Amino acid sequence: MTDATRCKAGDWVEVERVLLEPADRSKNLPPETAEKPLRMWIKGFAQAAGTMGDAMIIETMTGRLVEGTLSAINPGYFHTFGKPIPELAHVGVDLRARLADYHAAQADGHAQADAPADKGGA
Amino acid sequence: MATRFDAVMARRGEIMLKALGMDYSVFEQSPIAFDYEGMMTAHGYSLQDIVAIQTKAGVGNTPLLELKNLTDVGRSMSAPGKGARIFVKDEAANMAGAFKDRRASVSIHVAKEKGYEGVIAATSGNYGAAVSSQAARYGLKCIICQETFDSRHIGQPEIVEKSRICEAFGAEVVQMTVGPELFFHMVELLDVTGYFAASLYSSFGVSGIETLGLEIANEMTALTGAPPTHCVITHAGGGNTTGTARGLKRAGATDTQIISASVDLSGLHMASDDDFNRKSFTTGHTGFGVPFATWPDRADVPRNAARSLRYIDRYLTVTQGEVFYITEAMSKIEGLERGPAGNTAMAAAVSLARDLPRDATVVVQETEYTGAGKHHWAQLNFAKQMGVEVRSGDPKDNVPGKVIVIPERPEQIRAKDLDVARMRKSYVRNALKQAPEGYLPTADDIAFLAADTNSDAAAVEAIIAELKEA
Repeated sequence: MTDATRCKAGDWVEVERVLLEPADRSKNLPPETAEKPLRMWIKGFAQAAGTMGDAMIIETMTGRLVEGTLSAINPGYFHTFGKPIPELAHVGVDLRARLADYHAAQADGHAQADAPADKGGA
Repeated sequence: MATRFDAVMARRGEIMLKALGMDYSVFEQSPIAFDYEGMMTAHGYSLQDIVAIQTKAGVGNTPLLELKNLTDVGRSMSAPGKGARIFVKDEAANMAGAFKDRRASVSIHVAKEKGYEGVIAATSGNYGAAVSSQAARYGLKCIICQETFDSRHIGQPEIVEKSRICEAFGAEVVQMTVGPELFFHMVELLDVTGYFAASLYSSFGVSGIETLGLEIANEMTALTGAPPTHCVITHAGGGNTTGTARGLKRAGATDTQIISASVDLSGLHMASDDDFNRKSFTTGHTGFGVPFATWPDRADVPRNAARSLRYIDRYLTVTQGEVFYITEAMSKIEGLERGPAGNTAMAAAVSLARDLPRDATVVVQETEYTGAGKHHWAQLNFAKQMGVEVRSGDPKDNVPGKVIVIPERPEQIRAKDLDVARMRKSYVRNALKQAPEGYLPTADDIAFLAADTNSDAAAVEAIIAELKEA
């Protein structure tokens, strides 16, 4: 059992590292990107026990050994759908009403068109 | 002093040659021209071979559905005699949830055949899921390099979900902050691992999409007696358009109009740390669509197999709010809850169908899976958190990164035409830039540029003359 701040060897963890410092980055970047380092995060199995912020080597799913700073232990996924969007609430109601009107008008139209000899075909 | 970035990029050609398992130099004909069809067929697989590879891989043969309610919404606002029938190819039914499975299946098959131990792709999109899924089936190792976060470690929910699904399929996901150096790290990883480069833009990947065009032509013929009059295609890097159009043509559907569609993200910079989380779309947008159409060889392969200007008849843009409206509409009146980016072409199709005759047939050739994060509600909630205003109104007032305007009525959904003639000119300018100073394009170069822009020699010569004057 791991807690939030310590992992033991073999635990599924995430490490973080800087891939490129600002000075080493591509020259064609807008300033707000150029001034920041290119960082990366990667998950794998901890090769030793450690505490958040410690230097750590992990073995990734492809078997690579990657060194970084321990940034998460058993990291999860917490993205959601979120709340319904009020600005979209009318869409379904409006379109169903529109279709009902359209289909009713079509049925009327067909009833009228069918009354005289309908030889036109489709 | 050369940086690590420069050092890796200087060896890029040599590393990619090994990682692609294919020597692109044999197709080069001049500083401008290359043998496109030769490159596309060099893998030796016929279209039937690719169908067989995909059938074995559990990919393709997705349902083609007629959207009668959406068609009727179109007709309810059309002039008499107008309002084309709208159909959709439900590509979300593929194993990893998108047409990208077709693209990945051929690459992974080739990687296995050639004896590579693993595959690598740089993608923040559905392609990562597709490569991870196919690699799992073939027993290959897999690394996905993904642009996931801004510098504050905040990621669009849609991309965070794509990290999750790749990891669910057993891939190693390298999550990075914003920047084109994603590609640099991919090259670095190809070098140290010796894995296969499952590029989105290789001939393997783009050939894999041709089966989508083939299925559409055959299924529409069975359903309506003819191939579709129009095929609307969500356009990012151009592979979707290229592959689908090639497949339609190979199936004999030479009269089908090919219409690309992208979300208009004009004003947002694709490499900006500030703009990254204000896009509300991760793909299918003009930020990829226009630069790749006007210069395809910016890709991670020496020559890009996705050359959309060869096939495009029209290129439409829609706003973010229009796509979110149509995504909600698809759920509510068609019972099809799908991811928003894949509905870009659907928003364009609703606008297009209104102006076409009732007997015209419009096929939207993909959907994509949806779920937590990868859903229009998640994207809109996130946009609000990032300070983007979301309101009802006229989508004309939509400003990417600032205001998302959800249409009040379907009549307000009006796709806009991009100027394809201008894109052709831009492409020719970019192609000429590759040649050394003073190089004079030959007749063969002109013929190549004409084919690559779906125009003719006279049109290309006129562009070249105009560029010289400027």
